[in-house]
Amino acid sequence: MSKYNLDYLDELEAEAIHILREVAGQFEKPALLFSGGKDSITLVRLAEKAFRPGKFPFPLVHIDTGHNFEETITYRDQMVDRLGEKLIVGYVQESIDEGKVIEQTGKNASRNALQTVTLLDTIAKHGFDACIGGARRDEEKARAKERIFSVRDEFGQWDPKRQRPELWNIYNGKIHKGENVRVFPISNWTELDVWNYIRREKMDLPSIYFAHKRDTITRNGQLMAASPFLNMDEADVVTNRMVRFRTVGDMSCTAAVESEADQIDDIIEEISASKISERGARLDDKVSEAAMEDRKKGGYF
Amino acid sequence: MNILKFFTAGSVDDGKSTLIGRLLYDTDSILADQLEALQTSNRKNDDGSIDLAILTDGLRAEREQGITIDVAYKYFQTEKRKFIIADTPGHIQYTRNMVTGASTANLAIILIDARNGVVEQTIRHSYLVSLLGVSHVVICVNKMDMEDYSEEVFNNITEKYKSLLSSNLKLNDVTFIPVSALKGDNIVNLSENMPWYKGASLLDFLETVEVTGEQTSDYARMPVQWVIRPQTDELHDYRGYAGRVLSGTFKVNDKVTVLPSGSSSVIDKIEVFDKAPEEVSAGMSVTLHLKDNIDISRGDVLVNSGSLPQSSQLIEADLCWMDNKPMDDSITYLLQHNSKLTKCKVREILYKVNINTLEKEDTHEFKLNDIGRVVIKTADELAYDLYSENKANGSAILIDSRTNLTVGALMFRAVAD
Repeated sequence: MSKYNLDYLDELEAEAIHILREVAGQFEKPALLFSGGKDSITLVRLAEKAFRPGKFPFPLVHIDTGHNFEETITYRDQMVDRLGEKLIVGYVQESIDEGKVIEQTGKNASRNALQTVTLLDTIAKHGFDACIGGARRDEEKARAKERIFSVRDEFGQWDPKRQRPELWNIYNGKIHKGENVRVFPISNWTELDVWNYIRREKMDLPSIYFAHKRDTITRNGQLMAASPFLNMDEADVVTNRMVRFRTVGDMSCTAAVESEADQIDDIIEEISASKISERGARLDDKVSEAAMEDRKKGGYF
Repeated sequence: MNILKFFTAGSVDDGKSTLIGRLLYDTDSILADQLEALQTSNRKNDDGSIDLAILTDGLRAEREQGITIDVAYKYFQTEKRKFIIADTPGHIQYTRNMVTGASTANLAIILIDARNGVVEQTIRHSYLVSLLGVSHVVICVNKMDMEDYSEEVFNNITEKYKSLLSSNLKLNDVTFIPVSALKGDNIVNLSENMPWYKGASLLDFLETVEVTGEQTSDYARMPVQWVIRPQTDELHDYRGYAGRVLSGTFKVNDKVTVLPSGSSSVIDKIEVFDKAPEEVSAGMSVTLHLKDNIDISRGDVLVNSGSLPQSSQLIEADLCWMDNKPMDDSITYLLQHNSKLTKCKVREILYKVNINTLEKEDTHEFKLNDIGRVVIKTADELAYDLYSENKANGSAILIDSRTNLTVGALMFRAVAD
């Protein structure tokens, strides 16, 4: 349908806005899952473009593991203030206190896996029928096969064998009671596309995306921020390094990369030349070759 | 820089996943950690080299069986273009997946194994490309290394293929390239093994193929997805019709008609977020304001009053059935045409196409992966164009309201009476 008069970023943007408006038009109670990471910040920007000067037809929902980078929470609160939109927070700590999940122990303990339960509880509590997320197909090979409108059953599970065909630009959001749809408007964007868009739109990001001095330790070959949330022992040597983060997740599972890039231009240059994909900086994908597929089937983002 | 979307058709044995893996590998689009995962994986080629096909076999079930079950999307970029690949399975039981991949593609790559030449599935894949109206086709004659890079083998296959193109099989723009995905011949760089080949390498071709003048009309169409009404004190009368322009151009002061109601007005203002351009065109997500206050809601289409679309409840359409449960003409399905949702019944099956021989057959039933011509009747009048003139406004899906699954793909071919 396109006549290719559109620049690639304009085309990706127009597609994402179209998808967001389909969510607004097709669902009773949608929500936008906001992690504080650059992809969900991009979604918020796209939502402004889709719905302003009106209000967003959905609240922002943040699943808080309690193990946050402080910079992310500061950013989140300032952003919500600026937007004047509603924020709902689901706390993993509450799920732990209620005995719904058990805190992991051991050296590689992380709350990343626990947040699936908190997410599903939050969806059920508010009755959300569609959750917009910032996942991209270039991140990981299971995601490469997921639909833009991805139906989850009552238990939040993704069934890769029962995916609906998604033709042209027509999105089928019909669901039964209890089911919900995860919607990924930036499915077709790559990490580089997101950064180029952030630069073009002059968007602010949490400061941890840019090079800064930080105490780190090396864990399973990756650089982790030294924090009270990481189970450290004598074997762990703390070193102060110039680092930045390529994704923002739970502090206990998001790895840093050594970098001097403190400006967006430098980051784009670094990514263009980079030889490690973004999810490679997350320990949670390393467990098995099919790690993401398994987590998604269980209801993960 | 713009985007080229292409899809690949061919079976596992044709080396389709290897071809895509090769494109990614040779354009440096595989990152170190993915490469590491590949190297530590148990699957290797016979000579011990990395099996590039693993790059696109995303799901565990697929890796276990060594086949592609679903559509996998892959991305790479060169200095000239951003590419989106829909990697689709080639076996006949996955026809619906191929139709899905082809529905958004500008270009199709059809693989032919040089050892086997044109086979039944080549015809089937070509038919689907023609049915979905994909603008450009590249026939990659693969595994040339196993035929001693023979020019004669390549020429015989291209001649055979050209002889198939007929009234049943119309393809606009076909290019033939001899390649070896496994060895990398003519994929990114021209191969020294085939000095007789004077054309471009596959990547060169993909980077430069002209994608303007796609199959779309100049008629301005915009389905309304959402009405923006802030209802605040200062924006009390603000009423913006939000949607994506399917085709054509809308300008300020253009006379537009709202369908299906038929009321008309004039464009007062166009907004694209914080900008107010004088005109917007196909592909853009926009907000339109009209001079008159008329009743417009989601599912309505705004069109240029000078070029009205077809309007009817009875439509002749090509149908591809996508569900395990056969089509049931006693059931009312839901039809989704852009933002419009209405009830629909299949009135009549005109014929089914044998997609291996392209012969039309009489039939009373439509099963998974069946393709043919039907007449549908919708509860509400639809404002549509013919698929051959305007893909975006000439296509729809059928939904089974018992399961909510997408069960059929429709391409509108004619107004029925």
